[in-house]
Order: sequence, then structure tokens, then C-alpha cells
Amino acid sequence: MAYTPELKKLIKIVEKTRPERVEKKKRGEEFKAMSLKEREDILKYHPDFKEEGRSEIKVGPNRGYRIAEEMVSLLHAKSRVDPALIDLSNPDYETDVLIIGGGGAGTAAALMAREQKVKVLIATKLRHGDANTMMAEGGIQAAIKNEKDSPYYHYLDALGGGHFKNDPGLVYTLVNEAPEVMAWLEKLGAMFTKYDDGRLKALHGGGTSRKRMHYAGDITGAEIMRTIRDEARNYPNDIKVLEFSPAVELILNDKGACAGAVLYNLETEEYIIVKAKATVMSTGGSGRLHIQEFMTTNHYGATGDGLIMGYRAGVPIKFLHTVQYHPTGVVFPEQAEGLLITEKFRAAGANVLNIDGEQFVYEREPRDVEASTFIRECTVRKKGIPTPTGMFGVWLDSPMIDLLKGEGTVRREFPGKWILFHRYGIDITREPMLVYPTLHYQNGGLEINNKGETVVPGFIVGGEVSGGLHGENRLMGNSLLDVMVYGRIAGLTAANYAKKKFKDGKMTLGHVAKYHKALKDAGVKVGNRIAPMILPDYSNPEVREKQLTTRYLGTLR
Amino acid sequence: MSKNAVKEKKTSKKTKTKKEELVPIFIMGKKYEVPPSLTIQKAMEYAGYQLVRGCGCRGGICGACGTVYRFPNSYRIEVGLACQTVVEPNMYITQIPFFPANKATYNIEKLEPTGSTVMALYPEIFKCVGCGTCTRSCPMDIDVMEYISLAIRGDIAGAAELSFDCVMCGLCAARCPAEEAQYNIGILTRRLYGRHIASKAKHLEKAVKAVKNTQVEKGLKKLMKMDLTSLRKVYNEREIEPDMAEEFWEPEDKKYIVVE
Repeated sequence: MAYTPELKKLIKIVEKTRPERVEKKKRGEEFKAMSLKEREDILKYHPDFKEEGRSEIKVGPNRGYRIAEEMVSLLHAKSRVDPALIDLSNPDYETDVLIIGGGGAGTAAALMAREQKVKVLIATKLRHGDANTMMAEGGIQAAIKNEKDSPYYHYLDALGGGHFKNDPGLVYTLVNEAPEVMAWLEKLGAMFTKYDDGRLKALHGGGTSRKRMHYAGDITGAEIMRTIRDEARNYPNDIKVLEFSPAVELILNDKGACAGAVLYNLETEEYIIVKAKATVMSTGGSGRLHIQEFMTTNHYGATGDGLIMGYRAGVPIKFLHTVQYHPTGVVFPEQAEGLLITEKFRAAGANVLNIDGEQFVYEREPRDVEASTFIRECTVRKKGIPTPTGMFGVWLDSPMIDLLKGEGTVRREFPGKWILFHRYGIDITREPMLVYPTLHYQNGGLEINNKGETVVPGFIVGGEVSGGLHGENRLMGNSLLDVMVYGRIAGLTAANYAKKKFKDGKMTLGHVAKYHKALKDAGVKVGNRIAPMILPDYSNPEVREKQLTTRYLGTLR
Repeated sequence: MSKNAVKEKKTSKKTKTKKEELVPIFIMGKKYEVPPSLTIQKAMEYAGYQLVRGCGCRGGICGACGTVYRFPNSYRIEVGLACQTVVEPNMYITQIPFFPANKATYNIEKLEPTGSTVMALYPEIFKCVGCGTCTRSCPMDIDVMEYISLAIRGDIAGAAELSFDCVMCGLCAARCPAEEAQYNIGILTRRLYGRHIASKAKHLEKAVKAVKNTQVEKGLKKLMKMDLTSLRKVYNEREIEPDMAEEFWEPEDKKYIVVE
């Protein structure tokens, strides 16, 4: 899986242009950044703008909204289980706060709720910590260097990245809570990369005006997730975790509030009823829907489950017409396809190059702009680098970083990627990486206010599954910040609701039956479509032909 | 978008693989023929397994897919992450998606960053016989035995740094004859380091206090109400910290900078 002879030849071209490009970088000469108008123009190459990939939602609060057909197909599907079969009279678990999703936002919510002395139950689809948070790499933004930065500039950067469509209140809260979040993480013992005197190191991200991307090597998300998960595990009596038990439906009560959820034990196939005073939805993203058949950076369980359950309960969705494609996903070797190559490489000085070894874009444009230029360079200008599998990519010149910042920088600052490529026989300190846009982040989602509340009382949402904060495009480093800020807020809001606002009622799944009826009335041909999806279908058709007596419900056996 | 930009998400959707191109692997002793370019994880799916346990991020960082394997005519036990390891002919594979391991509970605030702390919470660390099985069982190439011995010696910073790449897959704990859960000891040392040894970021405290500074608040509230044209103008005119600027660069416009 090391580079083929053909690719090694093309790498020689990169090596030829490298010395001059390094000198240019040292002089502070960058490829010209785009104006706002140029940014808008290039976006027509962005996959979001392909009308053919969209379809119209026919039911619910956002009827008429045209979004990715993969998402609509799930919104136009039936519940996994006939609600009439479920006995709600005898819940299997009762708790104060039910948290659906054990990633960064869910775990942060659990820690904050627990501090408010409420009982917490986390229901997670896979292992606790198996989430997109674990995979995030580059950094977490926070305006914490007062001599040169403040939440004002952080706000401005986020708005610009989001095409000025972000919900102002959500961004305001995000940037103001950021310093507290960093202090909290430091106190929990997260090993952020620091100078010797303790000052946090920081880099630029795409679209930032100040270097405020703080990081822990190149595995910032993993470091944060490991730390907060360990802390959650220190309270086994207060925070219970049910692994391999995804939620499949929200339960409401006769007062219209959220009363808990139906879980599905992936191993025993039982449906489990959880009664909760407050419910937090933190199910993360939807990369495994492979929108427009793109490869994805997301973890196995990222199938947008929370969107479906929330929408069925009447929560509107926002900004799902845009999906974020991370510009630099691995394209060689094939075995690592789609994996995230952090923006931090570009922040550290690596150029992006076409087949001629030349730059064609300013490396720090916001992600949607950056991704669009890569797509144009390969598909329109035909200056991409061909791989043995027929895909095209562009070079990310990582060896430059050691030349700019000193030998050993890449191994020290990017240990995760160094070892990943090393296993495949590629030394990224000597050879550039081959990258292409990969499906990465769900910019939008369920609508919340800056307390994480939705239109359904007792139903609180935080993290990637929510919408409005990032507008139409998220900036690097604002997602780890989002899950920490809004995860914590969700925990506090849920705890407060459980203690002070909760009123018991009769549990019901009537909203699901209503949703099914609405689908029927709207003339939607549901067929045997089931949602939430829970896990993507990676089955082998040759095997399925021989599975004569197996029943698949949606994608699950 | 041209076909070139898009990749089939399922390797099995490719042109039906010719028999000659397949290689044999043994999943828990059962033989399956799979394409030679697949990772163990994708090979299991190709063979017909629907992964529930033993599959997480599919990107080498979450630790869900710890796998052990051997080859015929060799006693050596090899390890890898199923999502990152490419199959080789005649691999004898099993996954170890879970292993019961001891995790101590503690209040990180109240702990001292010393060897005694580690030993009090994980006394089994004394049973270490120095066999090095943990190091040989690590799919992330970490010298596990070394960081355990650093922890015993009280070099918490050393243990923290050496264990940093740990994905907590649990293969070390599964094979350790002293019944240690090295990865839980590792995270303890890392949190002790981060909390009690690493220098505190003094600017953080200042930054927390500076939130809701009146001037910045005024600026933010103004931005929140601004019309789109004015907002774009302010955005375009904002000063950008140069990429190669030194750490103590300061902007010219300090209107919304909280100066002490």
C-alpha cells in the first residue's frame, strides 16, 4: 500500500517545487485568499448545490424543505417497531435524565447533570465514547488570549464561516462559554499542547482571524473524549451507561412533554422502555448515510438517528440543506479511504497542490469553499492526481511542515496520522498525502435555543444533531466547542427541568402513529423503509443471496 | 459531479471479484475467501458478518476493534486494529471487543501526582513481572511495559507522555498475566499530569473573568443585530493574525480587546 511507482513519479514533481514554496511561506506570501463574492461563486461546485441529490420532505414541521434524499428517505420511513406492540405501563428503567448518545455532548451533559444531583442514564448505540468526538483531530476554538482576541472576533469568524445565517443567540452563547469550557477541561486533566510556562498553543483554522485553535497533538477529540469518559466512569452510581442500546423512538406523555425513550438492545433484540423526567438527545451526525455516495470521516454509528426521532416528535430541523464535506479526506491508500486528515496540517503550513505541484487555492478558506476548489481542480480543470482505484485527489504537502517548523514537528504534532500512514508504508514526513473531500459534518439539525431547549418540553438537544449554531457551514474547532458548550448546557437544562419543571403524565407513542398516518395522507410510498437506520448496510450482496431465512429490518439482521 | 469524484461506499458493489483474486483467511477458525486489499474489518463484512461489537470509528482511534491473529506454522501472536490492518493470506483471526478490566474510581482533584497514588488505586501494578506481553499486544506501538514501570517509579509525566497514543482497546489487559488494566492506569497518569503537573494556563483564568466585559458585550450585541451588508463589511475588514506571526502578536485595532 505504499505509493505506486506512478505516484512516486508524481511526488518528484512536488519535491521539485517544494523549496521555493517553503521560501514563499517563510516570507509570509500566501496564495491569494478569496473575496466573499469569489467564495460564493466557487460554491456552485459544492455537492450541496446538486439539485438532483435532493428531495422534498412531505410531512411534519418542515414540509416542503428540500434536503439530501438520503435524509428524506429516512424521514419518510416507518418506526422500527409498531407502537401498538409496546407496553408503556411498566418501564424497565426510571431515571431523572436520560441521555441518548454517549459522545462528547452526551458525556458532558451527564457530568453537569450529575453535579446538580440528579440521576443520569446514558443510552449509547456502541461503546461509550464511540462517537465522532473521538475522531475529531485538529482542535477546539476558544478566545482565551486576551491580548489579541476576544469573543467578539470569534463570533465574527463563526458568522462568516456560516454564511451569516447562524442563529446569533446560539453563537453568542458558544463564544462566551468557550473560556469556561477550556478551564473545565484543563481542570479535568486534559493534556492540551502547551508552552513550557503553561500557555496553550494555538493555530489558525479555516476562516479564523486569530489563532485560537487549541489542540492535544493531532487527537484533540480523543483526548477530550477519553478524559470526560474517564470522569463519567468515576461515578458509576450516579451515571449509568447502557451500551449497545440505541434509542429508536422518543416517548411523549399526555401533556405533550418528552417522557423518555424506547431503546433497542442490539444484542438481545429486546425493546426497553426508559421513563425519564428529562431527555437529552446527543446522537451526533449522519456521515454513514453516505450522501451522494461520498466516503465519510464519521464513525460507524453516525446514521442521523436523533434527527428522525426528534422530527417525529415535532421538532423542526434547520440548515440540513447543507452538509459539510471536509476538504482533506484520505484517498490513498484505499484501505484508509475517507478518513479525516486534520485541517491542522494546512494550519501548520502544508500546501495543497495539483498534479503540477502547484498551489491553486489559499489553504485556509472555510471548508465548503476549500472543498469546492478541490472538486473543481479535479473534475473541471482535470489537474487532479489519479489513484489506482480511479479516484482523484490533490496533494497535501506535509513534508513542508518539518522544513518550516523544524525536523520532528510532524511526528510530534501529528502522532495519530504518522502511525496510520506508517502502517501502510508511507512516511508523511517525507511524502505528501493524497486527499479529496469527504463527507464530514452535519451543519444543521434539530432546532434549539441557547439553553438547548426544543419546542417539546423536557426534550433537550445538544451537539452535532442540533441546528442553527453553525449556519450553513461550520468552522474548524467549533464542533468540539459545540459539544462541550451545548453538551454542558443540555445537562444543566435537563437537570433543572427534572428538578423543577417536570410533571408526571401518561406515557404515549401516539405521535408515532400520527406520523405514520401523516405519511399515508401525504401519499408517501414508505415501502419497507425503516428509521432510524441504526447501522449502515455494508453487507455483501453475494452473501445476502445465500441468506435464505434471514430477515432484515431496515439494515439490521 | 463526475464519477471520478465519487467512490462506491461498499467494496462489495465492485465488479464481482474473480475467484483467483481472493485469499483465504480464518475468522475464529472458519475459512473465508476475501479480496486481498481489504482490512480485517471489511473482510469480515465481505465474509458476511454484520458487525455490532468490534466496530467503532473505523478510523484507528476509538479502540473498539482490537484483534489478535496468527499465521500457520508460527506460534507468534500478532495484534492489530481490525479497521487498519490489511488481511494477509491464511491469517487466523479473532476480535476481542470486550475484556473485563479493573477501573478504580477517584476524585482527580484530591489526588497527588505520585507513584503512590497509582499504586493505591491499582495495587495489581505490583504484580508486574516485566514480561513485556503488554507492549507486544499494543496495536498502537506503545511501549506499555515502560509506561507502567515509569508509573511505578512515580514518573507520572513520563507515563502520561508515553501512553498518550493509547486508544484503550484493552488488548494489553486481556493478555496481562498480572491482571493489570494498563490502559486504565495510563489514563489515570495522563489526567494526573494534565491536572497536577503540567503548568496551568494562567491566561485561561483571565479569559474566564473577561467574559461579559462591557465593551465586548456591546460589540457582540451590535453584531447580533447588524444587517447583512454591514456585517459583511465588518467581516471583510477584520484584521487577520498572520500565519507566521509570533505568539505575542497584537492587533492594531484593540476596540474589542480586553486590556487589563
